[in-house]
Amino acid sequence: MGLKTAALKKSIWVFHVACSPCNNCDIEILDLLTPRFDIERFGIVLVGSPRHADALLITGVANRHVTPRLIETYRATSKPCVCFLFGACASGGTFFKGGYNVPKPVDEIILEEDPNAIIVYIPGCPPKPEAMIAGVVKALSVL
Amino acid sequence: MLVFNYLVFPGLLFATVAGLLTWWFDRKVTARVQYRVGPPWYQCFADVVKLLGKEVVLPENARRTGFLLAPITAVAASALVAAMLGVYNMNYGTGFVGDIIVFWYLLAIPSIMLILGGAASGNPLASVGSAREIKLLLSYELPFIIVLTMAILKAGTLSLGGIIEYQVGHGPILYSLSGVLGFIVALICVQAKLGLVPFDIPEAETELGGGVIYDYSGAALGAFKLSKGILFYTLPIFLITVFWGGIKIGDGWGILWAVLKYVLIIALITLIRNTNPRLRIDQAMRFFWGKLTLLAIIAFILSAIGI
Repeated sequence: MGLKTAALKKSIWVFHVACSPCNNCDIEILDLLTPRFDIERFGIVLVGSPRHADALLITGVANRHVTPRLIETYRATSKPCVCFLFGACASGGTFFKGGYNVPKPVDEIILEEDPNAIIVYIPGCPPKPEAMIAGVVKALSVL
Repeated sequence: MLVFNYLVFPGLLFATVAGLLTWWFDRKVTARVQYRVGPPWYQCFADVVKLLGKEVVLPENARRTGFLLAPITAVAASALVAAMLGVYNMNYGTGFVGDIIVFWYLLAIPSIMLILGGAASGNPLASVGSAREIKLLLSYELPFIIVLTMAILKAGTLSLGGIIEYQVGHGPILYSLSGVLGFIVALICVQAKLGLVPFDIPEAETELGGGVIYDYSGAALGAFKLSKGILFYTLPIFLITVFWGGIKIGDGWGILWAVLKYVLIIALITLIRNTNPRLRIDQAMRFFWGKLTLLAIIAFILSAIGI
């Protein structure tokens, strides 16, 4: 493991991509920053721009309007980057799957753009903050 | 020797290590204030190493030369200030007439490079950030230069080495009424120079998403972070040198006193950062050109009549 990878594992900057979620997952994400969970002790910080990010935190189903913007955001992120599909909607589509406004699941959109993308699924409606931390740990063990 | 001073001690390498540790201290104290645990001590090193190893995404409509040169120039200028300050504090005789003006210029260069880089990246959010950075630069330079002039007037010399020598003979400038007022003004200007919370208007994570550095990624962003880290070490040392008698490396207790002064200034900066919300740009300009300039002029007049 090189110095670059070691440093990357200790400092993951996350950009939150809200692909029309219902806000349940977003509230759970904000929980991660509170004193109870405090992910800054692992070096995880929320940033305001996809260019700074090492990880994209995608919530919600990507509908027709959001899909091109999601692809654009993925291309704007500097690689290497990890995609976290946060919540049941982003991971599997749940009952929005096959809807008239949902062309494709989120993971297929990203894999079409970049076949080597690292994708982590964190199911749950909404997933607990502990599940999110466990997902991050699993993703880091793959890097 | 010159190259060693610039690159290793007390220049680039030493200033980077000290500055990133200071930055970590600031983040850790902030976390403890918010009842969190906070990052481990190597956090800022991990951030910078990671950024230096990442891909640089060039935006489609960026001016490439300016976009890539700006962060490098910012690092070079801040490392040069750190090296010069360290050398002046190690042997008092060095320096030339008018070098305090050189310091003033060099300390403004990282901000100017942020403006250039933000404008060159061709992003609307970054250009809004650049406009705000220009306004902020214009507003804090006025009180800053007035209190520097006050120090120059008190010491009766235009060189930083001369100001240190004056303070060795007559006691630090801080130990007088005008000195205290001037130090307060300079401390708030340093807060704005570092872009910390009441004055982080150009970066404004929550409204501009990074502002001037919005389109920077990978190594270029890492260079800007490195420059900010070096300034985190350099600006408090500059304050100590001009107002608080410099760092007496020669005698035994001097270095301990210097560290205590340094930690006190950092604690004050962190305190200001944690107890204030972000100002709007017009509020910041009114604050700097109104209250703070008035305070600086009062300090200047007091020092002119010898209080």
